[in-house]
Amino acid sequence: MRNALLVAGVLAVGSTVATAETIAPSNVKYEDGAVAQSLTGVPGDPAAGREIVGSKKLGNCVACHQVSDLSDVPFHGEIGPMLDGAGDRWTEAELRGLVANAKMTFEGSLMPSFYKTEGFIRPGNAYTGKAADDTFGPLLTSQQIEDVVAYLSTLKE
Amino acid sequence: MMKTISAIGGAAALALSAAVVTADPVDDTLILNEELELVTRTTAPAHVEELDEVLSGWLFRGTETRAMQADDFDNPGMIFVEKALEAWDTAEGSEGKSCASCHDAAETMAGVRPVYPKWNEAAGEVRTLEMQVNDCRTSRMGAEAWKYAGGDMVNMIALLSSVSRGLPVNVAIDGPVQSMWEQGKELYYTRTGQLELSCANCHEENNGNMIRADHLSQGQINGFPVYRLKNTKLNAVHSRFKGCIRDTRAETYSPGSPEFVALELYVGSRGNGLSVEGPSVRN
Ligand code: HEC
Ligand code: HEC
Repeated sequence: MRNALLVAGVLAVGSTVATAETIAPSNVKYEDGAVAQSLTGVPGDPAAGREIVGSKKLGNCVACHQVSDLSDVPFHGEIGPMLDGAGDRWTEAELRGLVANAKMTFEGSLMPSFYKTEGFIRPGNAYTGKAADDTFGPLLTSQQIEDVVAYLSTLKE
Repeated sequence: MMKTISAIGGAAALALSAAVVTADPVDDTLILNEELELVTRTTAPAHVEELDEVLSGWLFRGTETRAMQADDFDNPGMIFVEKALEAWDTAEGSEGKSCASCHDAAETMAGVRPVYPKWNEAAGEVRTLEMQVNDCRTSRMGAEAWKYAGGDMVNMIALLSSVSRGLPVNVAIDGPVQSMWEQGKELYYTRTGQLELSCANCHEENNGNMIRADHLSQGQINGFPVYRLKNTKLNAVHSRFKGCIRDTRAETYSPGSPEFVALELYVGSRGNGLSVEGPSVRN
């Protein structure tokens, strides 16, 4: 019985993501907005994170934030605070919580929740304007979240 | 190699700071064809509690785009007004009538645009201008309804707007329209889609700020239809609503849907006091 449960759990997680150690969006544990445990167990790659933060097709964080380190990417927005020094202001666990679901840190935040799959009003299928279908997933994968956290940790003043 | 990279970085940083400098709406006056001064900035109506002033989207556009709108010869939207003038005089449908058969010259429509959407007592419904045009086509002309946000319709709305330019938007919000107005307000403040953003998040809380390369305005609709340099055609109000909701990674509503009629009623009323500007020019 115990074994069966264990297998079912692993399967359920394994069906949406790559590794068995990956924590699914609905299982992430927030403590005061922070997430202590790595979502994948695999260390994030700051170079990949830098790409995600700047790319319109990936995190598109610069749509709202200015980042001096990304001045090679044109047009940074001014909706959220400047991210320079984010690695000084926040611990790794806090950054993971902020990127996964900023609303756990800042109630009602304008910042989208990048690792969340439930609780949306009229979720769509990406930018098609059509309803979400069974391909619906979080805005960033678990490893992409880890990469972004690793990159933000390098932003020191 | 290193040098080249930092040089590019420097150029981008310059572009960036330039964008930030221009982020506030400009202090400029829109004078149409060197004779008619339009109201692009005025005290917010009492029912728009979160804003002190309402501002036309014109104030958020660049110098050249603003100039293009100030002169009918330079405004590409006016070509479509000309097309609608032809349609105005063209008989269609089983009754052999044109718009002109019942309404004379298009100028007699001055004063109509600013009060729509509005209550139609006989039909017992809130009507947008598009709904009214299609009612004339089907019940008076015996012609086919135009597609809600299609080319023929958007041209005709541009004509009807153009003859009201300079008149203040004056959409009624009480009486029989009140419940639909409340519904529109609800939609305006609902955070939709996977990005969980409402109209208010962008256009009320962040107008004047840059979101990536876009300078956020108040999302007013006094300038519709708008000619967009981006897609080089006239764009209907409901098409813009659809685009903005799609950009929140949401399932949108359709042009002409009851939800968008309610949203237009509400958003229209947020611009009460601004001049009708359509067809305007935007990027
Ligand atoms: C639609 C706008 C928007 C987008 C997109 C966005 N953010 Fe934010 N972010 C905000 C806002 C607004 C805040 C300020 C917190 C608040 O008041 O809600 C914030 C706060 C933060 C903070 C804390 C800032 C500080 O004080 O140091 C971090 C870190 C952060 N965001 C990172 C990111 C990353 C990484 C991404 C992309 C993966 C991203 N943001 C995408 C709007 C956004
Ligand atoms: C993620 C941000 C965002 C959201 C959410 C959003 N918009 Fe927009 N909207 C924009 C941008 C960017 C533009 C183009 C620049 C401008 O005119 O503000 C725009 C333009 C507009 C315009 C054209 C204004 C003009 O003068 O040409 C209207 C009208 C509008 N939005 C209405 C709405 C409504 C109604 C909603 C909600 C249903 C909404 N928007 C939600 C970003 C947004």
